[in-house]
Parts: sequence; structure tokens; C-alpha cells
Amino acid sequence: MAEPLLEIKDLRVEFDTRDGVATVIDGLDISLYPGEILGIVGESGCGKSMTALSIMRLVPVPPGRIAKGTIRLDGEDLLQVSEKRMRGVRGNAISMIFQEPMTSLNPVFSVGDQIAETILLHEGGSKRAAWQRAVEMLDAVGIPVPEVRAREYPHQMSGGMRQRVMIAMALACQPRVLIADEPTTALDVTVQAQIFDLLKDLQKKTGAVIVLITHDMGAIAEMAQRVVVMYAGRKVEDGPVDEILTNPKHPYTTGLIGCVPHLSADPSEERVPLTDIPGVVPPMTRLGQGCPFAPRCSEAMDKCRLEMPTQSVVGEDHRVSCWLIENDGP
Amino acid sequence: MANFSIIVVKRLFNAAALILAVVILNFLLIHIAPGDIVDTIAGEMGGISPELITQIRAEYGLDKPLYEQLALYVWKILQGDLGHSFFYDVPVVELIWDALPQTLLLVITALSLALVIGTILGVIAARRPNGAFSHFITVLALVGFSAPVFWTGIMFLIAFASFIPLFPPAGMADPGLEPGSLDYYLDVLHHMVLPVVTLALIYLAFYSRLSRASMLDVLGSDYIRTARAKGLSDRVVVYKHALRNALIPIVTIAGLQFAQILSGAVLVEAVFTWPGLGTLALEAILRRDGPTILGILFFSAMVVVIFNLLTDLTYNLIDPRIRIGSKE
Ligand SMILES: Nc1ncnc2c1ncn2[C@@H]1O[C@H](COP(=O)(O)OP(=O)(O)OP(=O)(O)O)[C@@H](O)[C@H]1O
Ligand SMILES: [Mg+2]
Repeated sequence: MAEPLLEIKDLRVEFDTRDGVATVIDGLDISLYPGEILGIVGESGCGKSMTALSIMRLVPVPPGRIAKGTIRLDGEDLLQVSEKRMRGVRGNAISMIFQEPMTSLNPVFSVGDQIAETILLHEGGSKRAAWQRAVEMLDAVGIPVPEVRAREYPHQMSGGMRQRVMIAMALACQPRVLIADEPTTALDVTVQAQIFDLLKDLQKKTGAVIVLITHDMGAIAEMAQRVVVMYAGRKVEDGPVDEILTNPKHPYTTGLIGCVPHLSADPSEERVPLTDIPGVVPPMTRLGQGCPFAPRCSEAMDKCRLEMPTQSVVGEDHRVSCWLIENDGP
Repeated sequence: MANFSIIVVKRLFNAAALILAVVILNFLLIHIAPGDIVDTIAGEMGGISPELITQIRAEYGLDKPLYEQLALYVWKILQGDLGHSFFYDVPVVELIWDALPQTLLLVITALSLALVIGTILGVIAARRPNGAFSHFITVLALVGFSAPVFWTGIMFLIAFASFIPLFPPAGMADPGLEPGSLDYYLDVLHHMVLPVVTLALIYLAFYSRLSRASMLDVLGSDYIRTARAKGLSDRVVVYKHALRNALIPIVTIAGLQFAQILSGAVLVEAVFTWPGLGTLALEAILRRDGPTILGILFFSAMVVVIFNLLTDLTYNLIDPRIRIGSKE
């Protein structure tokens, strides 16, 4: 495989809480390769947004901090560069769209202004030219009569429209990496499909790498080529989407796939009841030494509760951290 | 919006009822209080015959039964007549109009100062919510809000008018100066410093606290995270993206607080003998000038009720449901 464009190694993010230090991300390795859409999937609270914010270096400090690790973009460690340099990266080389389109745009500025601001900041030029580009971007994300819409304020737009505006803003400076943090969670199903189509389309046109964060395996199946499955701040499994969907190794991944009906049930077979993973993500301040998933895992062994599983390679570019695999795997 | 007109009508009705209640209550209070204008005149003349007393009472309508006096008073108010001052011998309305500009000058200056400086302090504090400066603002707000304004005023008088005589202790301008000349205005400015600072301090404390809270609220919002994700510098994020939003509640509340500030001014005026409504009220009380006291009370009640009415209506307008109703 080619050189990774962005490489996260051994990332650890901690938060100071009233109950002590919460390690919300631990020992995380993720690589992004040119031209791909990478999915990050996991239940609520597993650290998907924190991973994204770490890449942007926007983890709120305090109470949080990036305690350890490297995040290299083209070999440059973003965790070491100056704040000024990092500002040049944000919105320019790496940009991000958020989960909440309704509140992610500033209510007191027109959407055109908000897009033009990014262009002016990173590329300079005249205000007029920036505005013109903003209008073009709105057009590119499928907003009708963009020259009129550009002058509107966020409250005059629907959630889907606002998310399109966010995408236009994120892509305005031709970023190399676009992080989309649950871009459709707050939108209704038809709009979700439109936004996914738009993202796929734009990915093909611009060649930007997209990191798609979601808790929906269905979205991953549709969009991504590779997927990282996260649980309680750790990567439990990663690999090509096709491989993971047909041959999941980690009981948690199996559970996640089971949550989506059309992925698990083969129509020719007897219908498998829609499964749900029992239990909830444990509090991050009280993780024991063992596998964090062990308390919820139906196949947990004694070893799982005592020792953190190590990572094993189970196929081409397919890795999993689970003692079950260690026992009967290669 | 039909909903909104019903609310307006309801609130207007409530306001009118409230003002009437205030008028009646004030009227009764003044008449229950021992002593009246006759005693004051008698006192000043050093004794007075019973015939003369009866004559004066008849002249001012004080011999009529209380309910009749009240009805007459309410009727006159409805016609915009607040009565005739016993002491100054001019219509009360005239007295109020003459005193009001001075009070407004004091209040508006103090309010603007408090608003601008308070907002700046609050914003600086919000940038480091756990820093020393932020805690200082919290303490300042507590002290500023709990220290009685007349006490602060007297302390300032002692310190900066008497101990270090930097500022004049009383009045609004040197009587020798010609009103309208540059020297006159400068002198007014000089006289204004202490009362304005005294009055501004309470509100400064209030607004710095309010703007700190408002700013903290805004800084935690999603669109601020978006602004940072664009690569904007901290300065632009705070002063462009956050401040505009944080100002909205501050300015709204400032407008609505105007009535309370007017009442704060009364005490400050009394301490610094500033010739506004407060000083007028104090004099009227000392002279037992019933109509003037009643007039000022009525006027202040009006101001308070009207501003409360505006508060209510503004909040109803800000209510998102109503906003959605008016969206295209
Ligand atoms: N300010 C904070 N203080 C303490 N813990 C925090 C703070 N912010 C986030 N966390 C914790 O970090 C963990 C990861 O949060 P994160 O937002 O990354 O989850 P997520 O996977 O994005 O979830 P979701 O699907 O709900 O968006 C959570 O357990 C959360 O409780
Ligand atoms: Mg999230």
C-alpha cells in the first residue's frame, strides 16, 4: 500500500473529571491513505469525536489534553507544530464538518460571509473574489440559486441546507483531508442519502480523503473502503469494509453489524432477529486492566477480564484486538 | 402572531390595573402619614390660628372626605394633571419635567459607562474562566451589588471631595457660569464624575458578571468550534464570532433594566445633591409636599411598569416558537 497521508500513532487523550482522570482515547493507531474514504464506527461515547478533534488539535484544554502520541500529516507531526502553523492547517489542509448542522453555523453572519471568511483567511485575495468563490461552492454542493442563498442567514435554512453549507465551507480551500463527524445524524433519512451522495461525489472530484465518523454500519457499508471499529477509546478492529462485513472477528464488530438488519440477514436464509449489544459503554474513569468490552461480551474468558488483548493480524490489512483470535487465530 | 396581540392586550390591561393600584396605595400612604402641608406652614410661621388652618385646608381641598379627594386625584391624573405643588407653587408635571433631564444625564452616562466597561471586563474574564482575573470579577460583582449605593457615594465624597478635594461635593454646576458656555459644560462634567462613578459601579459589577456568563455560554457553542476549525485566530474567534452573539442578551437586559437604574439614581442624587428627580423627591418629602411626592411616585411607577411591560413583550418576541411563526 502507498504511504499514508495522515498517520495517528499511539494517541492518548485524557480528561480531568471530578472522578479522576478519564482516558477517553488510548493507544490509538489510524492511517489514512490517499483517495480513500475511511469509516470510524462505534457506539456513542467511544471517542470518535475526540479522535477527530485531536487531528484538528481542538481538544478542549483544560479539562482535556492530548497526553501522548503523534499525528503526522505528510510526515509533519501536528501535535508538535506551533499554534500558528496549526491554524494554517485547520480549514485549509484538514477541515471538519460537525454533527449538529443546526447550531454549527454562526447565527449573526450570512452563510456567504462565513464561507468567504475561510477563503480570505487561507488564500487572501479580494473580498469580491472570495464571495464569488463562496457562491460557486454553494452551487457545487447543490444549493439552488446560490447567489441569493449566500446572502441568507442560517436560520433561514433547513438542516440539510445548513449541512450543505458546512460542506461547502469545509471544501472551500481544497483540503486534503475532510473529517465528517456524523454529518447526517441530525437529518432525516432522505436528506441523509443526499448528503452521502454529495460527499461521495465531491470525494471523487476533489480527491480529498474523507474520514466518515458514524455509529451506523450501514453508512459505512455504503460509503467507506476501510473501517476502524472503536470501543471505549480504543481500536478493536480495522480492515477493508468488505472483509469486515463478511468476516468480522471481534464480538463487538459482530454486534454492531447485527444492529443493521440488511447487513446481517441474508434474504435466502431464515431471518435472524435484529440483535442489540447488551449493556453500555463503561465510565472512562473506571476501566479495569482487562478488555473494556469483556463485561458485555458473551464470549468473554477469564483472561479477557485480566489482560488487555494485543493486536493480531488476521488478514490482508485486517487487524483485531481480541483474545479469542489469539487463541484460535494464526 | 394573533397569539401575540392577545398577549399584548392582556399585558396592557395588567399594567393599567397595576398603575391604578400604585396610585391608590400611594395616595393612602401619604394621607395616613401624620402631619400635612398645614403643619409645615404652621411650623414655618411659628404658630397659626385655627381659622387660618381651616381656610388653608379648604383651599387645598383637604377638608373633603378621603374618597372624594382620591377620586378627584385619579380623575385629574387621567387628564395628565399631577396636581399643584404646595411648596413650589407650580404644577407638579412642570417640576418633574424640569428635573428629569438631569436625572437622565446621570443615568444614561452611568449606564453607558457600566455597559461598555462591564462588557470588556466580562469578556476578558470569560477567556480564562478559572483565572485570577475571572475570580476578581466575581468578587467585584458581589461587592458592587451588595454595597449600598449611598454608602459608596459617601465614601467617594469623603475620599475625593473632602480628603483629596479633586471634585466638587455637591450640585451640578457653578451658579456663576453662564448656562450654555463651554466652561459651563466642563463644570457640569466635573460635577458629574463622582455621582456617575458611584452609580456606574453597581451596574459595572452587574454587567461584567452578565457579560462573563453570556460570553462563556457563547464560547461553548458549536459555531465557535466551527470558527476555530476554520483556522481563525483566538482574537477573531472571540471578538468577531463570539462577541456579536454575546452582546445580544446584554443589550436587551440593559434596555430593560433602565427603570431600576432610575430608582438607583434617586439615592445617588440625594447624596450628591444632584438637581434631578431624586433630589426633588427628597425635598418634597422633607417639605411634606404631598402632590409632588405623589407625582414623582406616580411617574416612577409608570416608568417601572412600562419597562416591565416592554420586558415581557420582548421576551415573548424572543421566544423561538413565536419567531418560527413569523419565519417565511
Ligand atoms: N469535557 C469532557 N470532560 C470529560 N469527559 C469528556 C468530555 N468531553 C468528552 N468526554 C468523554 O470523552 C468520551 C468520548 O467522547 P466523544 O465525544 O469522542 O464520543 P463519540 O464517540 O463522538 O460519541 P457520539 O457518537 O455521542 O458523538 C466520552 O466518554 C465522553 O464522556
Ligand atoms: Mg461525537
